[in-house]
Amino acid sequence: MAEADASLTSKVREIDAGGHVVAICFIRNSAAIATGEGEILIAGESEARIKVHEGTILAAASDRERIYTAGDDGRLFATDIEGERELVTDSGGRWIDHVALGPSGVIAWSVGKTVFVRTNKGERKLEVPSTIGGLAFAPKGLRLAIAHYGGATLWFPNTDAKPEMLSWKGSHLGVMFSPDGRFVVTTMQEPALHGWRLSDGQHMRMSGYPGRVRAMAFTADEKWLVTSGAQEVILWPFQTRDGPMGKQPFMLAPGPKDTRVAVVACHPEQEVLAVGYSDGMVMLVRLADGAEILVRRPSGAPVTALAWRVDGRLLAFGTEDGKAGLLPI
Amino acid sequence: MPDKIPVTVLTGYLGAGKTTLLNRILSEPHGKKYAVIVNEFGEIGIDNDLVVGADEEVFEMNNGCICCTVRGDLIRIIDGLLKRKGQFDGILVETTGLADPAPVAQTFFLDDTVSARTALDAVVTVADAKWLKDRLKDAPEAKNQIGFADIILLNKTDLVSPDELHDVELRIRAINPYAKIHRTKRCDVEIKSLLGQGAFDLQRILDIEPEFLGNDHHHSHGHDHHHDHNDGLKHYHDEEMQSLSMRSDKPLDPEKFMPWIDKLVATEGPKILRCKGILSFKDDPQRFVLQGIHMVLDGDHQRDWKPNEKRESKLVFIGRDLDNEMIQSGFLGCVA
Repeated sequence: MAEADASLTSKVREIDAGGHVVAICFIRNSAAIATGEGEILIAGESEARIKVHEGTILAAASDRERIYTAGDDGRLFATDIEGERELVTDSGGRWIDHVALGPSGVIAWSVGKTVFVRTNKGERKLEVPSTIGGLAFAPKGLRLAIAHYGGATLWFPNTDAKPEMLSWKGSHLGVMFSPDGRFVVTTMQEPALHGWRLSDGQHMRMSGYPGRVRAMAFTADEKWLVTSGAQEVILWPFQTRDGPMGKQPFMLAPGPKDTRVAVVACHPEQEVLAVGYSDGMVMLVRLADGAEILVRRPSGAPVTALAWRVDGRLLAFGTEDGKAGLLPI
Repeated sequence: MPDKIPVTVLTGYLGAGKTTLLNRILSEPHGKKYAVIVNEFGEIGIDNDLVVGADEEVFEMNNGCICCTVRGDLIRIIDGLLKRKGQFDGILVETTGLADPAPVAQTFFLDDTVSARTALDAVVTVADAKWLKDRLKDAPEAKNQIGFADIILLNKTDLVSPDELHDVELRIRAINPYAKIHRTKRCDVEIKSLLGQGAFDLQRILDIEPEFLGNDHHHSHGHDHHHDHNDGLKHYHDEEMQSLSMRSDKPLDPEKFMPWIDKLVATEGPKILRCKGILSFKDDPQRFVLQGIHMVLDGDHQRDWKPNEKRESKLVFIGRDLDNEMIQSGFLGCVA
C-alpha cells in the first residue's frame, strides 16, 4: 500500500534544515535540528540557525533545556534555546561519536574506545574493548550501558564496582534499556537485534531483518519494542517476564516495494507511532488497528530523524537531503 | 542519489613508502577534495582535505563465515563523512603495514550504507624494490598485500640494479600476474594512474590477461629500459601463493556453474584472495562477469557479446595453497 487512508500533509510546516539531519531533539517547546553541516536550527515560533561545530554533528541528546551535540571537530557543546552554546569538552580533534544524558545533569560521551561520564562529583572514564557503538543510561539509578564489539558493558560510574560485560559475538551499535530497566537491547552490524535479561543474563535474539536496524524505541505502554530495518515496522513483544523470547514479532505499516523503515518514534502517551521510510515518506500509525495517516509524501532521500515533543502535541522529522518539517497534532 | 564516492585502499609493508605516496597524492594540484583515513596522524595534513584517524578494528560478521570480516571503524567513519553536504571526490584509506587488505575491501560490499554510497575503486600496494623479496619470505602480510593488489608501486627502484629489479618483478608476477606494476622512486607516479581505476566495477572488467613483463605500458619513466625482457628462462613459483587461471571455449551451464562457484568460495573462501571472471553461458547473448574477495562474490550480466568477439569463459583466482586440479576439473565440469 502506498497511499494512506488519510493525510495530514497540508498541516506540516516545512523547514529547510540546510544539511543532512542527524538528530532532532526538543528544547522547551521548540525543535532543535542538528545537521551534518555542524549547525543547529531551532524551530519554534520563529527559526534561528546557529553554527555550533566546525565539522559534522555526529550525535545529539537533550535534557529539554539544552541540546548537547557531539562533533567530528572533537567538541561537545550544550546549546540553549537562545542559541547560547557552552563547550562541555574538547577531545583535541578526535571524533566524539556519542552522547547520552543521565539523571540530574549527568553527561556521558565517547571518543573511540573510551567513555567519559561527568557528574557533579567530577569526571570519570572507562575504556572498553573496542570502539563504542552507542551509549544509554538506565531509567533508574546512575548506570550506563555501552555497546561495542562483542557485546555491551554495564557500568556504575559512581562506584568502583567492576563493570559488567554482557557478551554476544558480533558488533553492537545502538543500545537501550527497556523502560522498566529489566532488559538491555542492542542493534547490531548484522541485520539483527540482541537483548539480555539483566536478572539472569538470558539472551534474546531478534533477527530476520533484511537490513541493518538503525532505530528502535519502546511504546508508551512499554509493551512493544518498535524497530526499523524491514519494509514494515517490526514490533517485538516485551509485555511478559520473558520479553520476546520464543515469540514472533508483529508487523505494521508496510512501505512501498523496495523501501525500508528507516526511523521510528513512539508517541509519548498514546499508542501511536511516527514512521519514517527510506524514500522520505513519513506516516503516523495507530498500534491498535494499524490505521495510517500520511504526514509526508515520498521525496527520494531517506528520513533520518523523527522526534515527538514531550507533550505529544508536535512531531518533527528530518531527511538526509536537508528537509525537515513540524506537524502540530 | 549522487554517484558513489570512489575509495582507494593503500597498502604496503612497513617502510615501503605509503606515507610518501599519500603525501604525493594530496599535495598534487589536482583540484580535488579527498577524505583520507589514516592509522596514525603522521606527517600528513594538507589543507582542503580531511584527515581522519582510524583504529583498524577488524570485526567478524556474525554469519558463521570466518573470512567475512569488515573494518568496524571504517563503517563508523564513512557514516560520519557521509553526513557532510560537500561531497568528496574520493576517499583514501591507508592501512598499517601489517594489515590484511581483505577486511577493508569487504567492508565496501558487506555493509549496506557504505556500499550504497561508496564504491571500492582499487587496492594499491606499495612495495619496496630492495626488501620485498625478503619480506615475501618472512612476512605473510607482505605476500597478502601483493596477492590482493590491483596496482603495485614497485618503489625505491633507484636502490637496486636493473637485474635485481627484474628479479623482484618476477617474484611479484609469480604471485599476482594481473596487477599493474609501476616502477617508481619516491612513489613518483602519475596520480591518475592510481585513482579512478574501477578495479572492482563489474562494468569495467574488459579482459583478464596477465600483465607480462616487457609488455608494461604503465611505467612512469620513459627511460626505464627493459634490457632483459626476452629472458623467459627465469621463472619463479611461489610455494604458497599463486594464481590459477582457467578457460573454456565451450559455453558453460549456469545451472552447474553457479552452485559450483558458490560451493567453492564457501569451502575454499579463506584461501582465495581475489577472483575475477568473464563467462559465456549457454543460450545467453550477454557476457556474465564476476569478481570476488574470499567468500564475497559479486556478479552480473555485463553486455552483449559482440559479433566478432570470441565467446570464451575465463576465470582466475589468486590465493593460498589452491588445489589447481580440483578447481580446474570443477570448472570444466560446468561446461554445458
